[in-house]
Amino acid sequence: MVTFALFCVVAFLSLSPIAVVLSRSPRASGVVYASCLIIALTLAVVGGMFLIGQPTSRITLPLGLPWLGAHFRVDALSAFFLIVVNLGGAAASLFALGYGQHEHAPERVLSFYPAYLAGMNVVILADDAFSFLVAWEFMSLTSWALVVAHHRERENLQAGYVYLLMAGFGTLALLLAFGLLAGDNGNYLFESVRAAPPSPSVAAIVLVLVLIGAGSKAGVVPLHAWLPLAHPAAPSHVSALMSGVMTKVAVYGFVRIAFDLLGPPVWWWSMPVLAIGGATAVMGVLYALMQHDLKRLLAYHTVENIGIIFIGLGLALAFKAHGMADAAALALTAGLLHVFNHSVFKSLLFFGAGAVLNATGERDMEHLGGLIHRMPQTAFTFLVGCVAISALPPLNGFVSEWLTFQAILLSPQLPSWGLKFLVPAVGALLALSAALAAACFVKAFGITFLGRPRTPAAADARETDSHSLAAMFFLSALCLVAGVLPGIFIDALAPVTNALLGVSMPHQAGLDWLTIVPVAESRSSYNGLLVFVFIVMSGSIAAVAIHRLASDKMRRGPAWDCGYPDSSPATQYTASSFAQPIRRVYGTTVFHAREVGDMPPPGSARPARLTVEIRDLIWDAAYAPIAVFIEYATGRLNVLQFLTIRRYLALVFSALVLLLLVLAIWS
Amino acid sequence: MVLIRDFAFQGAQMLLVLLLAPVLTGLVRVVKARLLRRQGPPLLQPYRDLIRLLRKEVVLAHSASWLFRVIPYLVFAGTWVAASLVPTFRSGLLFSWSADLIALIALLGSARFFLALAGLDVGTSFGGIGSSREVMIASLAEPAMLMIVFTVALIAGSTQLSVMAAHMTSGAVGLRVSLGLALLALIMVSIAENARIPIDNPATHLELTMVHEAMVLEYSGRHLALIDLASELKLLFYVSVIACLFIPWGIAPPDGNAGAIAVGAASYVAKLAAGAVLLAVFETSIAKMRVFRVPAFLGAALMLGLLGTLLLFVSGSL
Repeated sequence: MVTFALFCVVAFLSLSPIAVVLSRSPRASGVVYASCLIIALTLAVVGGMFLIGQPTSRITLPLGLPWLGAHFRVDALSAFFLIVVNLGGAAASLFALGYGQHEHAPERVLSFYPAYLAGMNVVILADDAFSFLVAWEFMSLTSWALVVAHHRERENLQAGYVYLLMAGFGTLALLLAFGLLAGDNGNYLFESVRAAPPSPSVAAIVLVLVLIGAGSKAGVVPLHAWLPLAHPAAPSHVSALMSGVMTKVAVYGFVRIAFDLLGPPVWWWSMPVLAIGGATAVMGVLYALMQHDLKRLLAYHTVENIGIIFIGLGLALAFKAHGMADAAALALTAGLLHVFNHSVFKSLLFFGAGAVLNATGERDMEHLGGLIHRMPQTAFTFLVGCVAISALPPLNGFVSEWLTFQAILLSPQLPSWGLKFLVPAVGALLALSAALAAACFVKAFGITFLGRPRTPAAADARETDSHSLAAMFFLSALCLVAGVLPGIFIDALAPVTNALLGVSMPHQAGLDWLTIVPVAESRSSYNGLLVFVFIVMSGSIAAVAIHRLASDKMRRGPAWDCGYPDSSPATQYTASSFAQPIRRVYGTTVFHAREVGDMPPPGSARPARLTVEIRDLIWDAAYAPIAVFIEYATGRLNVLQFLTIRRYLALVFSALVLLLLVLAIWS
Repeated sequence: MVLIRDFAFQGAQMLLVLLLAPVLTGLVRVVKARLLRRQGPPLLQPYRDLIRLLRKEVVLAHSASWLFRVIPYLVFAGTWVAASLVPTFRSGLLFSWSADLIALIALLGSARFFLALAGLDVGTSFGGIGSSREVMIASLAEPAMLMIVFTVALIAGSTQLSVMAAHMTSGAVGLRVSLGLALLALIMVSIAENARIPIDNPATHLELTMVHEAMVLEYSGRHLALIDLASELKLLFYVSVIACLFIPWGIAPPDGNAGAIAVGAASYVAKLAAGAVLLAVFETSIAKMRVFRVPAFLGAALMLGLLGTLLLFVSGSL
């Protein structure tokens, strides 16, 4: 079976040269994206079959390191992530069938796109550290090529530069982690790492390195800095893949190492994971609230959701370390379900942003508005995505957050004091981020799609093409299905938790009325289907009753606005004015936000100006000093470039002597 | 047979909350007026307002979209469902297990999400100011509410309201510090959520300080009636939740006979009336605060809730 999956990967890879050959043809993008759609769907089905009941399957190929070979394997965990990656990949390909037609230089996207999908799949299939790292780096490089696809915009090149640096840094951390895992005999096979897990102190270092390596790819604070630059720079279907899918591959890397390869956890391992998760969730959404670029807002919001996922994973580690297997299964299921949910609605939202970008040429929300009239179907699907990501019932985002809250409620039984203090704080941070997310998406949807158009481009927008709409409606339907029938999805995750923890959540499908319960003896339950039915029923009863019995008359008139309506669309609330109360409450401390009023002197006809200044303290504290240092060091080392040949020879000689001395002393 | 009976009780509850919600708001208004030595509107005035609004035609702004017309029904449905799932006169409602307290809070969150969108739909400055302030208040009130839920749920061992109510009446609880903190925080959150003084003034118009009324300024006719009814239901919801969690005595058990149910209904009405009187007294005795003082007020509620949860993490008996 894994052989078949690898065939699909080869098919992806072979599409790349085909795309290069075809790229001048007008039908190239259709051929490439349609093939990607078919292959990705096939791989998703393969993943689904594995999850349902296929045994673990493995294969060794004579590639890579000659004494090791390339090992590939599919187990329950990789099967689940195969589904996530390829469902997202299929949706992005379907969207790109329409969206990709408008690409100015399609050859810059088409040849890398299938290779990028292949890279993500190989990361998940890899069963030895060498193949894993090669695939990881391949995934980074192909996505970098896609980030700089629109290379004429200066911003994008800078985003690509930062991304490349951070990706290299992350891979380095993973490389060191695998080096420690392999132990003295250098056995990079996952199988042998699993058989001989490292000692707890080494394992702790590995965990930190994995948090840095996989965490920087996933976008945990403070390693998130590249993400909001790089994700929006790529074409929108690639943004969707990077935000919705590639961050999940990073989560896969973390889960694979932390839960599978590291051996039994120690309780305090969960502390950094939980703390980082909580900080990431709140900081991500606060950053998102400060943005007025729609795609950047979505990218920052990915950071928040990664935080929620890491909270679930951290809780699972804590419960596992203390032997509370049922609670660990609940927390891990919550985290993984959020992985799936986020991949669905974040892809959906990026597709919507892409459709808007296509229709108006604008990513800046301050230049949009009123699109619900011109693009009603895009607006509807985007709204579904907004409700889902804001964790509102009855859609799917709520289910995974509800499960996370239920896991937190089981944690007072944890015996360690550190966790007793940390977990309630993390719970409060999670609740805060959920509420702020709703505010963020009221802003994202309300400013972009509601109100009156702020520019002619927004006023003349046209509904997007049918392929893009099909992709968006497909994902919206998935949001609803996963929201009202969560039991099916929780049961599907049972093999994964069984493999990693030895237990799974109680079987949900057997419960009355498709209700879900967190743990067997719990007395809490939630039923998305009934809530959905109740809302639809009571809403329609009210509508029918009022229209029949009272009045159904309606007339259009000018807006009331307390008697002083202003015809200029500029008097509407903008993205930054909408965020003003929240900026004042949270931003003054977190971002040192300041509003600077510039009043003209008396007698001057110059308009008054109000500017908002926001500082990114994390960038200033962590990234800017490094840049300053490198600048300084390179300036100092520059003299080495202008030495005479004698001095170069002397330099080489002394370096050689030094190395020999070191060797002599070492042994 | 049991199923039919339970269905009947669930239906009765849905009708009961719908009928009691306007009169609760009316009672608050009457008591407030009397405290100010005014005559005040009659108790049943909210019903008359609703009926009058329902009969009027809707005047819709030119720039309003289809979403603007759907939102009143969504907001009303979400709030009504939430209010119908709180045990009021009889616990063990047929569908109470379909949504626990976290889900009910989130359901009200959905209603607010859509109402805030409605404020932005027409594209006026008043709608925008209302929406942006509403989400700012919600961004603190919702986490505070969740921490309160955590506190009570950790004591009761469930997030299900009926289980919580049963646990509170069982006598196993006693007086606890954490419950006191939770009650105080819950009252603060309820005041904020229902746009009451000192957070917002439900009686005001044309003031830059208003929040809820600014958001729904463009609504008229049957749409406005539904939104008014929804906010009346929301007030009823919060009073009922406080009653159900902290004064659950009198609620009829699932197997209670007709007498128990009559006692339950009477005690429920009495609790509502007491809540209305207390709210009116509180509102008349305090001045409205500046909108940027609200975060301090709600931040205190959030910290109280967090403290309650933390105490329970430290020791199960606090």
